[in-house]
Amino acid sequence: MCFRCRTRSGATACGSGFGLTVLMVLLLAACHRENRKFEAPPGSDLAPTQVALNSLVAGQSSAQFREQQRHEYEDSAYHLSEGKRLFSYFNCTGCHAHGGGGSGPALMDDRWIYGGEIDQIYLTIVQGRPNGMPAFGGKIPSQQVWQLAAYVRSLGGYGPKAARPSRDDHLQIPAEQGKQDEPLRTAPAQTD
Amino acid sequence: MPGKNAASTRFSGLDELNAENVGGLRVEFTFSTGVLRGHEAAPIVQGDTLYLVTPYPNHVYALDLGKPGAPQKWRYDPKPVAAAQGIACCDVVNRGLTIAGNNIYFTTLDGQTISLDAATGKERWRKQLGNINTGETITMAPFVADGKVLVGNSGGEYGVRGWLIALDAGTGNESWRAYNTGPDSDVLIGPRFAPFYQSDRGKDLGMRTWPPEAWKIGGGTMWGWISYDPDLHLIYHGTANPGPWNSEQRPGDNKWTGGIFARDLATGEARWFYQTVPHDLYDYDAINEIVLLDMPLNGQLRKVLVRPERNGYMYIIDRMSGEVLAADAYSNVNSITSVDLKTGQPTYNPDKKPQLGKVVRDICPASPGAKDWNPSAYSPMTGLLYVPHLNLCMSWESVEANYIAGTPYVGANVVMHAGPGGNRGELLAWDVAQRKPAWTIKEDLPLWSGALATAGNLVFYGTLDGVFKAVDATTGELKWQFHTGSGIVGQPITYRGPDGHQYVAVLAGVGGWSGAIVAGDLDARDPTTAAGIANAVADLPKRTAKGGTLYVFSLPH
Repeated sequence: MCFRCRTRSGATACGSGFGLTVLMVLLLAACHRENRKFEAPPGSDLAPTQVALNSLVAGQSSAQFREQQRHEYEDSAYHLSEGKRLFSYFNCTGCHAHGGGGSGPALMDDRWIYGGEIDQIYLTIVQGRPNGMPAFGGKIPSQQVWQLAAYVRSLGGYGPKAARPSRDDHLQIPAEQGKQDEPLRTAPAQTD
Repeated sequence: MPGKNAASTRFSGLDELNAENVGGLRVEFTFSTGVLRGHEAAPIVQGDTLYLVTPYPNHVYALDLGKPGAPQKWRYDPKPVAAAQGIACCDVVNRGLTIAGNNIYFTTLDGQTISLDAATGKERWRKQLGNINTGETITMAPFVADGKVLVGNSGGEYGVRGWLIALDAGTGNESWRAYNTGPDSDVLIGPRFAPFYQSDRGKDLGMRTWPPEAWKIGGGTMWGWISYDPDLHLIYHGTANPGPWNSEQRPGDNKWTGGIFARDLATGEARWFYQTVPHDLYDYDAINEIVLLDMPLNGQLRKVLVRPERNGYMYIIDRMSGEVLAADAYSNVNSITSVDLKTGQPTYNPDKKPQLGKVVRDICPASPGAKDWNPSAYSPMTGLLYVPHLNLCMSWESVEANYIAGTPYVGANVVMHAGPGGNRGELLAWDVAQRKPAWTIKEDLPLWSGALATAGNLVFYGTLDGVFKAVDATTGELKWQFHTGSGIVGQPITYRGPDGHQYVAVLAGVGGWSGAIVAGDLDARDPTTAAGIANAVADLPKRTAKGGTLYVFSLPH
């Protein structure tokens, strides 16, 4: 539906051609997925002191920045699909597979060792973590780290569904495979 | 040593336990290691003490067998760097310690080799050999012979360059270092190198069979087993897969990966090489155990080595010359259709060749091979080699791999499933002389434990859901089993206790590549989890739980 309202300035043009208010509201929500900015907003490089790893914070925590980054990246189909591409390019798949994990933990489940908020994931990527997560700080531009962090959250079903990239199902094993009863031909014995 | 002897037969002459009385085996004592990852090690007994090393954090324990309940004598904590866990492809395993004289030798995940005084647990020396920032870890059990400690690196999935290092057992100083890729001078190939096949002759093949510079990050690690023939003064070791897995990024034979080297123990000089998988397509590391036998073949007594290879073929190789005398498929194989004994070359099935961006389905065996690292046992009483192995097939999609030091360098999406018949594992009794199976036991789950053969005509092994079994070595008939607390991926041993009686010991503790879904709390909804093996064992979390425990069994007496 959003082909009708793909504009750089936001979704304000969506209403034209539709009279029903209810429909317009629905469209407005879905059209955030096509918002995109091609450069990271100023100040989006996080200083480590801004982010707490856990939910217990001495003094008051500020949630405003977190909300802003979530809106910016998790609502955007562009940023999420870029995050998906980068997730392979930076070899994240080598440890985390496509979310199910391997030598690194699963990312599609609901357990977060070092925090599951977008700013916490950002810092985990930049700083690395003691039990094996490499530090990528200085190697990946900050906007791409935000894209990765948003994609990592989307693996677990976080963020608006309308913006999430599609799942890769082409590797799924057909149900009948591996259930045949007949053994494969094994190669005949060689003679010397 | 984990292989029992230099020929790596894993055959014990103890015969108090036999097919008639083994049914009476009961637990003598247990010991919790406090570690929740895959326990692939063999416990080792010397004198009245049992020694073991855990997976990362690689704690070493000495237990006093002379006292009831085998209390702890000492414990040693090497404190390896925690970050090493991030570059261990297939769980943070350790395959065991080795004892020579009064000294212990073992490796740590972060790339160290350490020697301890066996009596006190005091450190004698420690050497940093691997560098985690280039992706190197160490998981193998050191092999010790003639005053040399042999250790190789792991990390074939991280763009490392494989090597084998010999350390002086007394001081830990490096005696020699042989790389498995690169110029001849680095590989220790000199005038005495005489491979049997033409394809392995030529100058600097470790460079010239690669795209420029690719050999520097081309894998060929050495994380498996070594055997030694003291009469020939030769060691035999394998070399692991080339990297990345995406074979289109490394055209050429990729020497000296995916094969077997014979080297002079004193100098490290290569004497011959045979490549089981030139230009490997499927991650078929060639690091499995090498069993040295002297056997009649076509009327002649030959000094041979037997190798149940990851590619699904059972090789019999003349260990003096490197000539392949036999190569027979011992499992379901469709990726390699035959091995030409004239040239030594395997024939890859063109229908199963990976291509960039294409999903190739139903490749057998899958990337852990028809058999992975977990070692076989050979009984001279039956002439059978007892091979604990896998029956998995896979879908494979090659994708572009990017090299970033200290991160994975793979370039393939893999999803595995049960092979034909549906049983994911098998214990195979292979008649070495007849070159055919004597009997097999189908196991539902992939078989990831080692095997042990005894003079009591028994074979011991464990399953991924924690059942420890004893079977009749002649018939394969199940004689005894015991449900341990966690999946078994370790190597069973047997020993004579201070009281003169026979004991059997095994470490339970699920993990390793096949058990990573449990050890790492992974999520099998993603079929590519744990390089695709989780899809084949998605039921495992319901069948076993984490936890390392030593179990020791004996008859009531």
